[in-house]
Amino acid sequence: MSEAEIILKAEDIHKSFGAVEVLKGISLEARQGDVISILGSSGSGKSTFLRCLNFLETPTSGKVTIHGEEIQVRDGKPLNARHIETVRSRLGMVFQQFNLWSHRTALENVMEGPVQVKGTPKAAARAAAEALLERVGLKDRMDMYPSQLSGGQQQRVAIARALAMEPDAILFDEPTSALDPELVGEVLKVMQSLAAEGRTMIVVTHEMAFARDVSSEVVFLHQGRIAERGAPEQMFTNPQTEVFQRFIATVK
Amino acid sequence: MFELLSYGDAGWGDEILAGLAITMQLAVVTLPMGLLIGFVAAFASMSRHAGLRAVGYGYTTIMRGLPEILTLFVVYNGVGLLLNKLAAWWNPGGTNIEFSPFAAGVTALAMVFGAFAGEVLRGAFQSLDEGQMEAGRAIGMSPRKIFFRIRLPQVWRFALPGLGNLWINMLKDTALVSIIALDDLMRMTKVAVGVTKQPFTFYLLACLIYWALCLLSEVVLAYMERRANRGIRRV
Amino acid sequence: MNPIDIAIQYWPRLLDGTLMTIKLTFLGALIAALFSPGLALIRANATPVAQAPLRLYISFMRGTPILGQLFLIYYGSGQFRPFLQDWGLWGFFRDPFNCALLAFALNSTAYQTEILRGGILGVARGEVEAAKAIGMTRLQILRRVIFPHAYRIAWPALGNEIILLMKASALASVVTVFDIMGRTRQIFSRSFDFSIYLWAALIYLCITAIFVLLWRQGEARLSRHIGPRSEGRSILSPPEGPQP
Repeated sequence: MSEAEIILKAEDIHKSFGAVEVLKGISLEARQGDVISILGSSGSGKSTFLRCLNFLETPTSGKVTIHGEEIQVRDGKPLNARHIETVRSRLGMVFQQFNLWSHRTALENVMEGPVQVKGTPKAAARAAAEALLERVGLKDRMDMYPSQLSGGQQQRVAIARALAMEPDAILFDEPTSALDPELVGEVLKVMQSLAAEGRTMIVVTHEMAFARDVSSEVVFLHQGRIAERGAPEQMFTNPQTEVFQRFIATVK
Repeated sequence: MFELLSYGDAGWGDEILAGLAITMQLAVVTLPMGLLIGFVAAFASMSRHAGLRAVGYGYTTIMRGLPEILTLFVVYNGVGLLLNKLAAWWNPGGTNIEFSPFAAGVTALAMVFGAFAGEVLRGAFQSLDEGQMEAGRAIGMSPRKIFFRIRLPQVWRFALPGLGNLWINMLKDTALVSIIALDDLMRMTKVAVGVTKQPFTFYLLACLIYWALCLLSEVVLAYMERRANRGIRRV
Repeated sequence: MNPIDIAIQYWPRLLDGTLMTIKLTFLGALIAALFSPGLALIRANATPVAQAPLRLYISFMRGTPILGQLFLIYYGSGQFRPFLQDWGLWGFFRDPFNCALLAFALNSTAYQTEILRGGILGVARGEVEAAKAIGMTRLQILRRVIFPHAYRIAWPALGNEIILLMKASALASVVTVFDIMGRTRQIFSRSFDFSIYLWAALIYLCITAIFVLLWRQGEARLSRHIGPRSEGRSILSPPEGPQP
């Protein structure tokens, strides 16, 4: 276990939709450079948990701390709601459906956050955005609109958009699930290189190879609880719980 | 026949052009007011408060169900009466206030336009891709920023065809103000008919002018739609 | 005077006006409905050159104010008085009701034609082919396959068009037809009681509401006849589908 600084900490997150309790108390700690893969079958609550971390979904109760900035939730109400936007700007997010702004070009999509939220001067934001698009291999496509790009290219722009905020950590919500199989590789490659750079990442995914080879920790959710967690090599070679055994058997 | 349409004392060209100018003024002043009402109505009918929603839906439903000419008379006579009552209460024995036909025309047309625009805009807001708003929230944009940077620019794309139709309908509806004695294109035509005794010629001319305005609007709207859709695949 | 007294005093006139509005709307829509199927077929199938006059007519009707169309017929006919008298048509054009009805029928024909054309183009090609394959004649295909589908698809839009026509019929009051609007203006000019306008508004809204209910029933019947699936959710129809 690394002794690096704790970037993100979630404590005892509960979430109910009506009478249905989807998350039954989940805690997680991400240190600088951690790559945490969250696995689970559909309905296990993994996406909901991820969305609770940046309050796209407000937890019913629990506490999220990002770089010392702490948001406590009680009875579905954040106690210091004003910090939510600050917290969000420190956490990047990459969505399953990309969610690029369709009325803006790739470059404008990447520039939007720095200019509008952080107040970066346009010229500087532009230079940074170009560099990021080059980094994800799309410099030549920067003036295209999302609809003119393939799914894989759109997702790479979305990753560049998340990186442009210079986030402390990036959340990935099934980033490859909406892609055609032949386009999955290009996105995983970018994610792999981010991990190699030492970025802190929390990834909800179905890509077992990514979870096994790239992540530093694997968390397996089952019915709203963490059923098993640990280092990937150990978990995949020697699963402790029956549910996780069954899960890897079906996914393979 | 051509001298009838020439300028100066002998012809009616200048009078009709003056009427056309009033018609255009009416339409151009009505548009922003109608859009404003439309936005308010749209927001009301999307509101979280049931009361506001009822007001929004009630307004758009009732206004869309009434004949435009009835709305015009209600505004012209009703608001005039109301203003005079207010004036009498404020300053008994004061002069009568005249609610000008132009103001009445703009108010009535904007109320009608606003009711239909409210429906168009509500539909447009509801067809926006929710994920794109979420992406805005995820990088920490404030609700205000999300509205102005993401929702508003995109809502035009969905609303433009509907609003274009409404503009053309409103342009045609301006002819109604001739009934409350505003010297628009239709009324100047009537004046010309009264003098020349050539009703068919002049009413046909008026119709042709409205037709040309509508066709021109369609061309401009098609161009605007292409611009609004730049880079976006048609669905 | 309070609104109730106004209603009590003038209700016979308002009722009279209501019947006139219904008559104008119903006849106008009916006449248009007689011509629109044929014209819609031309719009859907004829070559661009052959349908050019029809397109011109439709574009004119949609691009000019109905008030202008009404004036063109009612006042404009005066310019051809000798000619019309020779043909014995002058009497027809002197009657404002006839002119209003003619204007509304011509206008609605244009709109109904375009709506029905959309319906015809929406009929699945495969069903037409299937009809051909079992040896139906062209007329049979039209009557048994194309129009039943086309009307079902076009039904909600046709309903909207009739509501628009009902609203437009208020313009007839401008050429002295005593429909609801005509009666209302007449009563207002005598009583200067504003509440008469509110009664008029209420009557128009009631007519619309009743029409919407009737039209929905028609839609359910039309769809039941054809089958349970329905293309395109109707704005008039309730969300649940009709029973097979």
